[in-house]
Amino acid sequence: MREASRKQLIRLWAMPVTRALLALLLMIVIGCLFNSDGAFFRWSVHRDMMRQVSVYGILACGMTVVIITAGIDLSVSSLLALAAVVFAWFTLPHGWPAVIAIPLVLLVGAALGSVSGTLVARMGIQPFIVTLAMMVFARGLAKVVSGGQKVTNYVTEADGSTRLIEHPPIYDMIDSRIIGGNISIVTIVFLLCVLVTWIVLARLRLGRYIYAVGGNKEGARLSGVPVRRTLIAAYATSGVFAAVAGICQAAQETHGDPDTGMAYELDAIAMVVIGGTTLAGGKGSVVLTLIGVLTIGYLQKILSLNAAPEATRLMLTGAIIICAVWFQRGRKRARD
Amino acid sequence: MTTGPLVTMRGIRKSFGPVEVLHGVDFSLQPGEVHVLAGENGAGKSTLINILCGVIDDFSGELQVHGRQQRFTDPMDAARTGIATIHQELSLIPSMSVSDNMFLGHEATGRHGMIDFAYQESETVRVLGEMGIEIAPHSLVEELPIASQQLLEIARALARDADVIIFDEPTSALNEREVEFLFERIHTLRSRGRGIVYITHKMEEIYRLADRITVLRDGNCMGTAKPDELPPGELVRRMVGRELAVEETERLSPSGAPALEVSGLCVAHPDQADRFLVDGMSFTLQAGEILGLAGLQGSGTSQLLHALFGALGRDVAGSVRLLGEPFTIVGPRDSVEHGLVLLTNDRKSLGLAPEMEVVHSASLASLARFCGRLGWLRRNEEHDAVEKLAHEFNLSAPSLDAPVRTLSGGNQQKVYLARCVLPEPRVLLLDEPTRGVDVGAKADIYRLMRNWVRQGVSILLITSEMEELLSLSDRVLVMHEGRIAAEFGRGAATKDEIMAAAMGHARPGEQGGSE
Repeated sequence: MREASRKQLIRLWAMPVTRALLALLLMIVIGCLFNSDGAFFRWSVHRDMMRQVSVYGILACGMTVVIITAGIDLSVSSLLALAAVVFAWFTLPHGWPAVIAIPLVLLVGAALGSVSGTLVARMGIQPFIVTLAMMVFARGLAKVVSGGQKVTNYVTEADGSTRLIEHPPIYDMIDSRIIGGNISIVTIVFLLCVLVTWIVLARLRLGRYIYAVGGNKEGARLSGVPVRRTLIAAYATSGVFAAVAGICQAAQETHGDPDTGMAYELDAIAMVVIGGTTLAGGKGSVVLTLIGVLTIGYLQKILSLNAAPEATRLMLTGAIIICAVWFQRGRKRARD
Repeated sequence: MTTGPLVTMRGIRKSFGPVEVLHGVDFSLQPGEVHVLAGENGAGKSTLINILCGVIDDFSGELQVHGRQQRFTDPMDAARTGIATIHQELSLIPSMSVSDNMFLGHEATGRHGMIDFAYQESETVRVLGEMGIEIAPHSLVEELPIASQQLLEIARALARDADVIIFDEPTSALNEREVEFLFERIHTLRSRGRGIVYITHKMEEIYRLADRITVLRDGNCMGTAKPDELPPGELVRRMVGRELAVEETERLSPSGAPALEVSGLCVAHPDQADRFLVDGMSFTLQAGEILGLAGLQGSGTSQLLHALFGALGRDVAGSVRLLGEPFTIVGPRDSVEHGLVLLTNDRKSLGLAPEMEVVHSASLASLARFCGRLGWLRRNEEHDAVEKLAHEFNLSAPSLDAPVRTLSGGNQQKVYLARCVLPEPRVLLLDEPTRGVDVGAKADIYRLMRNWVRQGVSILLITSEMEELLSLSDRVLVMHEGRIAAEFGRGAATKDEIMAAAMGHARPGEQGGSE
């Protein structure tokens, strides 16, 4: 009886999700200790934390998919900026309704993601290089579309005069809160992205293929897995999520800024890795990523509540990423 | 120069985990001799060599070099003692130059620890020149043809003034002219008093080179003899052992309808335009038949299966009919859909993903069966199908949701086999289905194979285990250098004959393999 429960405990301990949850729990405990005169116990603090990590979290969903294929997507931050600019451009100067603008922006994300995927799958170029190039390219494209400036609601007419137009309601809608002001819409969007990713990875055939390609590419190919199509789909998925994040970003900033979201890809990667999804591929889940997003979110929140200087914040974040990953891998080396 | 033996090994034992693979082997090497190590795949030759050259350090028994007790902790340690090894897999660094490779680990440094490149290059030219090889010292290794790389590897070993030189199947990538060249070098080395350990599967080479032959079988030493005391027939008998009673099982005879008809199948050598890995193979596999394919390493058996399955891509010619219909080899996905499935001989790198759950690993090739619209998986159905198969396979796993890496080797192999049969193939291409599998799991796999055949599945089987080949196969094809060297009907084959044919020797017992 005792032996059995001990074994169960060991098995539980070996599960990545247990370890990820423990790291998150530890973070919350730290928050309770350094609660900044009770500020940590107010719901609004947690609500704001969730809102602040949502855009990163959406990127992390796509990143999870790509990382499970043993790849990486550095281009998400630039795709986010491009999507923000294109969305603002469609809705503000052109005045297109959101129902048309949103699908088109998602399509842009999917298209550029597919380009990365195709280069990885067909040309055999390393994902790091491909998406690094896409990162630079998409940032440039965002500047071309926006003319190098923020796309705002100051619209230049044909005769050269400018006028101020109203933001379409979609902007306020995305940047609002529901359920008595307790949950932000962007957080809902993020959670929906988690759900969609979970369905793809855990319930669809595509998900199986993604794990198989990441775990053993040649083995997958010889089992009849369409390896190239799977890779393209993974990068396209990441592109779509980057576009979703871009729309949220534009709505929150009330304009499309071609320089927005710089280095967000690094935060997204950190969130995925802290959750316990390894860069080696074939392993991990979006649930782990959700926990990783919350862990980093709480870390940032606690540091800002306690008015830690930015330099300290950066250094601590770096150190904690290493600790968390080390903690995840602490389990005894698996036998072959 | 010492007059005693260069190397003496006594009572060498070595275990991998619970399995002992060398059971007290004796071996010695005299100056000025070529000592051939012969044995089937898996007989323990490589393990013995790895002990001698320092790759393996946890063994029991006695190893003396130059009369001194030795236990090498790593290959560099052995190299310092004068032991050089030319492994089957090249150990050159492709992206570095020829001379950098020649001096790797032994860089010629000047006063300030700077590498003296000029000296290294001139020295490389000198050493290669002595061997009669002309390769520019600054050219990159990856730009050289495989044969030159092999020669460079040999030159590098020789340049280190080794007096014990180990060759592990050095001729597998060489053409005839290069082989002649290598043999001349070996003769020169022998006349200079070096000791040479030579591993080969080719009968001709054994009798051309050997001063002494040591035969290993299943980790036991089957004696050492001079070539004239050990005619080819006797050599083969020692390698494969006594005839064991072949287990007779009641079998339905194959129905006679052809399941797979192959004619003129050729696979080009990836590097050498004038060579073929598979050279015009034609044969027919009948429904419900197990056709055994025998052949030593490099004979093209694996390439044949990979080519049929469509794993090789382009360089394949010939025509194939599958279940009576003309079949164009497109690729793995298409082959699986047509009922043709391959189990490779490398579960680790070509098969399973270590982190993937048992159920998911087993169902990977047949997800179409468990898929609804938009690719939504019917997971219960999938789980039930795998569970049923796991039961039939006697699979032992912590749970069906555990990652496959947590299973034992035998059980991992069963999961891999399950992946191959779950799509309900008509023709199974099995490459060493029992490699690295314990006795119990082997028996399970044999039982399963017989069951499948009874259900009309046809199997093309490669195995390097003679017993397995003889007891399972309805017919045996022996391949040598990409061609069919012999064909035997059920019960007509003996181990000796198969081994002799696989080594490129028509009949055992017949004298000489040299000219």
